[in-house]
Amino acid sequence: MVHGAEAVRGQAGGHGHGEGGGSRRDFLILATTAVGAVGAASVLWPFIDQMNPSADVLALSTVEVDVAPIAVGQAITVKWRGKPVFIRHRTEEEIKAARSVALSELRDPEADEARAQRPEWLILVGVCTHLGCIPLGQKPSDPHGDYGGWFCPCHGSHYDTSGRIRRGPAPQNLVVPDYLFASDTVVRIGEVGPAGGAAA
Amino acid sequence: MRWSLFGGIAALLFSAGTALAAEEVELPERHWSFGGLFGTFERDDVRRGYEVYRNVCAGCHGLTLIRYRELATLGYTDDEIKALAAEQTYTDGPNDQGEMFERPGLPSDAFKAPFPNEQAARVANNGAYPPDLSLLVEARAGGANHVYGVLIGYEEPPADFPLKEGQYYNKYFPGHVIAMPPPLADGAVSYADGTQATLPQMAADVTSFLAWTAEPTLEARKRMGVKTVLFLIVFTGLLYAVKRKIWLGVKH
Amino acid sequence: MSAPVFKNPVVRWIDYRMPVFTFLNHELNEYPTPRNLSYWWNFGSLAGIMLVTMIVTGIVLAMHYTPHTDYAFQSVERIMRDVNYGWLIRYLHMNGASMFFIVTFIHMFRGLYYGSYKAPRELLWILGVVILLIMMATAFMGYVLPWGQMSFWGATVITNLFSAIPLVGEDVVSWLWGGFAVDNPTLNRFYSLHYLLPFVLVGVVVLHLVALHRFGSNNPLGIDTKGPQDTLPFHPYYTAKDMFGLGVFLIFYALVVFFAPNLFGEPDNYIPANPLSTPAHIVPEWYFLPFYAILRAVPNKLGGVVLMFASIFVLFILPWLDRSPVRSARFRPIYKIFFWILVVDCVVLGVVGANPPEGNWVAIGRIATIWYFVHFIILVPLLARLERPRPLPASISQPVLAGGGFAPAAARMDKA
Repeated sequence: MVHGAEAVRGQAGGHGHGEGGGSRRDFLILATTAVGAVGAASVLWPFIDQMNPSADVLALSTVEVDVAPIAVGQAITVKWRGKPVFIRHRTEEEIKAARSVALSELRDPEADEARAQRPEWLILVGVCTHLGCIPLGQKPSDPHGDYGGWFCPCHGSHYDTSGRIRRGPAPQNLVVPDYLFASDTVVRIGEVGPAGGAAA
Repeated sequence: MRWSLFGGIAALLFSAGTALAAEEVELPERHWSFGGLFGTFERDDVRRGYEVYRNVCAGCHGLTLIRYRELATLGYTDDEIKALAAEQTYTDGPNDQGEMFERPGLPSDAFKAPFPNEQAARVANNGAYPPDLSLLVEARAGGANHVYGVLIGYEEPPADFPLKEGQYYNKYFPGHVIAMPPPLADGAVSYADGTQATLPQMAADVTSFLAWTAEPTLEARKRMGVKTVLFLIVFTGLLYAVKRKIWLGVKH
Repeated sequence: MSAPVFKNPVVRWIDYRMPVFTFLNHELNEYPTPRNLSYWWNFGSLAGIMLVTMIVTGIVLAMHYTPHTDYAFQSVERIMRDVNYGWLIRYLHMNGASMFFIVTFIHMFRGLYYGSYKAPRELLWILGVVILLIMMATAFMGYVLPWGQMSFWGATVITNLFSAIPLVGEDVVSWLWGGFAVDNPTLNRFYSLHYLLPFVLVGVVVLHLVALHRFGSNNPLGIDTKGPQDTLPFHPYYTAKDMFGLGVFLIFYALVVFFAPNLFGEPDNYIPANPLSTPAHIVPEWYFLPFYAILRAVPNKLGGVVLMFASIFVLFILPWLDRSPVRSARFRPIYKIFFWILVVDCVVLGVVGANPPEGNWVAIGRIATIWYFVHFIILVPLLARLERPRPLPASISQPVLAGGGFAPAAARMDKA
C-alpha cells in the first residue's frame, strides 16, 4: 500500500544554499529515485498478494462435521482444504492397542493421548506422509495393514490405530489437523483446539 | 482558444445527444455517504438496508453474489451470521449413498435466489423477471439515484397515460412503465435499531445496501486512491524539478 | 561514435559475447534526438508503457478468470470481491485499455499534424497503423470476456458484419463463431487470441522502433537534424522528460481508476449476457465509436463494412496522398485549419456513434463520414499541390533571424 512517501515531501529542492548546483541536482535525483522506489514497491505488492489465497478460499479453511451418526468402529472421510480427513469412532480395543505401544518402538514417537483430544475420536489427514497417496482402511472391507489402522497401497506403509507409522517407507505419522469440538457432536476441523490437544 | 472551441463543440453535441434521447428522466440527486472522493458506506444505513432487503425484496429478487460471511462487514457476529445462513437450505452432495441431500446454509454459502431459474421467476411474476440485485446499482444508468428514484417514484399516472394490467406508473423509471408493484410502504419493516421506517428512509437504506453489494471494495478503492493521487502529485512534482534541472540552460 | 568501454567486468564479458549493453547504450542512452521536441512527443513512450501495463495486469487477471460462458461473469466478480487487490487489477486493466487508446490517438494526431508519416518515415507510419489494428482487435475480444450484455451483443453485432462478404460471408461468420451464434466456442477462442495478440503487438512495436531509429524522431519544425548542434542525447534529457510526462499521465490514470472506474464503461455490461434479451442500445467501447458511426452511415450493410475498413485503409496510404514537401503544419497554414477540422470531425463521429441512428444523428453522421474521406482523399492531395507553405527555418538550432530570414529550397526536406 502507498504510505510513507508523503514524509519525503518537502525534502527536495529547499536545501543547499551553499552547495554547488551539481550536488543539489544529484540530491534531487537521489530523493526522486527514493520516492520512485517506494512507489514501485507499493505498486508491486498487489501483484504479488493477488496470488495469496483469496477470501473465498480462506472462508473454507474450516469445516464443521456432525459426528453423531458415526457408529463405534465406523469411520468417515470429509474434505478439508482440498484434502481427505479421516474421522474414526474408535472401539475400546483400538484405543487400548494404541495406548499400549512403547514409544521406543515408534519411528515417529508420539503418545496416542497427544493425538486425540477425546480418545474415541481419531481425526487424521488421510494423506500418506511418504509420497501423498490416500491410505486404505476407512471401510470395513479395506485392508488395515498389520497394525489394525491403515495401509497405504502405493508403497506399503502400515499405520496403527493411532495413525502412527509402524512399517514401510513413510517417515512420519499421519498428520493430526487442528480441530476442536464445537459441541459434543460437532467437530470443527481447521481451528486450533484447547492447549494440550492435538499437536501439530 | 482552440481547446475551448473543441470543448464547446463536444459539449454541445453531447447535450444535443441527451436531449434527443427522449426517454431520459431527471433523477432525484441525493447525497450519498459513499459518493465523492472520500465516500464511505454508513454502516447503519447499509445494515438497515439489509433488513429491508430481507423482509421486502428477497421474496422475488436474488442477491447471489453476496456470501453470508460478508455480513460481518455490516457488524453481524459469527453466530448471527451462522443463524442467518442456516435459515436457508441448500442442496449438496452426492453423499456416500450417491444421493443429493439438503443441508442448512453455511456462512461460506452465497445468498440463495428465491427462484431456481429465470423461467420459474417469470412464471411467478406475470412474465416479468425480477433481476438479481447484487450489481443493480452498477447495472443501471444513474446508479444509486436511479434505484432510489424508482423506489420513491411510484405515483398516479397522468390522465390518459396508457397503462396495461400488471403495469405501474413510475416517475423516475425510464419510459415511466414498470412491471414491479410498489414494494415499499411506510412501516413495512420494523428496524432493529428503532429508526422510523418511512418509505423514503427505507428506499435510501436499501439503496445504500445495494451500493455496498455492488461494490464492497469501494471504501478500499477510494482510500487507496487518495493516497495514490497524493503520492503521484508529489512524485510528479519531483520529476518536474528533475526535468527542469537537467534541461536548465539547454537551448530548445 | 566510438564504442563505449564499460567499467564493470561482468558487463564487459557479456557485452563482448552479446553486445546488448552496447546496443542499449546506443539506442537509449546517447541516441541523438532533436532538441526541440515538445510534449506531444511523450505519447509514444506512454503507449509503450501502457502496452506493458496491459500485459502485466492481463496475465495476472488470467490467473483468476474462467473462459466459459457459465463461469466467466462470476469469475470476474470473484476477482472484484475475493481475490486480494483483484478489484484494483481489474480496474487497471479495464481502464488501461481506454488510456492506451487515448495516448495512441494523441500520438497519431501528433503524427498527422507534424507530418511524421512523410518520407522517409512511411513504413514507421504504416507499422503504426498495423499497431492500431491489432490494438482494436485485442480490445474488441477483451471486451467480450466478462460476458456481460454488451460483451455478448457487441460480439454478435460485429461478427455479424462479416456476413456482408459476398458468397462466403455466412460461412466466415459461423467459422468465427464456431457455431450458430456467439457462444462458448466463441468465448474460448477470443480468450486465446486476446492472450496472443498483445505479444504480436510487442513484436510490431519493436519493428516500429527499429523503423523509428533508422532516421530518428521527427520534430515540431519538421526539418531534418543537421548535426549534433540540433540534437541531444536521449538520456538524460528525454528520459527525464518522459518520466515527468509519465507522472502527469499516471495522475490522470489514477483519478479514473480510483474515482471513476466505470466512466468509460457501459452499465449494461454489469448484467450477465442473455442471448434472448437484446439491450435497448448496443454501444461499443468509446474508442470504436467513430468507426461505428462510419459503419452505420451507409444504409447498405456491405457498404458500411467496406467504408469502415476504408477509413483505416486511407491511413495506410496517407504518405502517398500527402506529398507536400513540407512536413510540419506549423508552416502549412491551410492544412493546419483542416487538421483541426478533422479533429472536430472525429469527435463528432464519436458522438454520432454513441447515439442511436435516428433523427438528426443520421444526417450528422453521414456528413461527418463524407468529410473524413474528403479530407484524406481530396483535400490532403490538393493542399499538397496548391498550398503555399510558410518559409522554413534554416535549421533546428539556428535562431530565426530578425526580418524572417529563411533558407531556399535546399534547406527543405529532401525527397526520399
